[in-house]
Amino acid sequence: MRRLLLFIPLVLFVVLGVFLWRGLSLDPRELPSALIGQSFPEFSLTSLTQPSVKLDRSSFVGKPVLVNVWATWCPSCKQEHPELMKIAGEHKIALIGLNYKDDRQAAQTWLKQYGNPYEFTVYDEQGMLGLDLGVYGAPETYLVDAQGIVQYRHVGVVTPEVWAHLQTLIDKPEAK
Amino acid sequence: MRTIKAWFFWVCVSITLTVNAAIDTYQFSNDENRHRFQTLTSELRCPKCQNQNIADSNAEIAKDLRTKVFQMLEQGRSDDEIIHYMTERYGDFVLYEPRVNTKTMLLWGGPVILLLLGLTTVFWLSRRRMRAENDAGALSLDAEQQRRLKKILEEDKDMSQ
Repeated sequence: MRRLLLFIPLVLFVVLGVFLWRGLSLDPRELPSALIGQSFPEFSLTSLTQPSVKLDRSSFVGKPVLVNVWATWCPSCKQEHPELMKIAGEHKIALIGLNYKDDRQAAQTWLKQYGNPYEFTVYDEQGMLGLDLGVYGAPETYLVDAQGIVQYRHVGVVTPEVWAHLQTLIDKPEAK
Repeated sequence: MRTIKAWFFWVCVSITLTVNAAIDTYQFSNDENRHRFQTLTSELRCPKCQNQNIADSNAEIAKDLRTKVFQMLEQGRSDDEIIHYMTERYGDFVLYEPRVNTKTMLLWGGPVILLLLGLTTVFWLSRRRMRAENDAGALSLDAEQQRRLKKILEEDKDMSQ
């Protein structure tokens, strides 16, 4: 019994080691989204490309979509743009843009220059829809199902790996 | 010497002036709102720069959240409503003081458990020491035992020669 007590420091060391080792591979910037399983927030904003066109939640609810939050001031958005163009070319799912706290002119130029992967882009100049979504930095991408429920959120650049993961989610029946 | 002192004083003063929280100009309708604003923004964590509260952070998102807190205060919303609004969007993460629930049980209960564990150990160790001291008292030999011990030791000596 006494002998066993001598092992307490070793056990403590191993337990601490496991936790710290695990901590190394965790990304502290990845926040749990409060929106998963919730309805996509209501909004009433204009289209980026056609300022006279009013857009709201019903503009896309009815089919699964990817809502991509982007801005011209965001360097990572430029980085992920080619991947978005590729995704749009595959016609697997519609992409909806959410232009977040941006300049309308600059954003329009961006789409002309790099191509427009979005079915339409919501222009959120004040960032209020972004706030309702819990956006804390661009780019962010949300998978919204046909009922308008947020199924998944990805913070950061959409890479081919992320797209592969999104596809498995899209293929699941609950996303339809 | 005096000029150096004065110079040093002004250097110190200018340094403290630069270490200031992010400043916006909000026109509060009353002092109570201003006070609540300061409390709320110091308790809410910035989602972008995670080691700062939204009062200290200069991030875009922190600015937006401050504005939102200000607007909601001026609309006459309660502190709870504002906190609820924030956690609905950013999760419990934005609270610098985590709420007590099943996930945070260990966090809140941990120190108490550790304290109890420590107290038990201290108690256990002191009792053991006390018992050891008592035992040491019992070790003293009476005259008969002393005599036998001497005899054994002497026999031992004889044998080794």
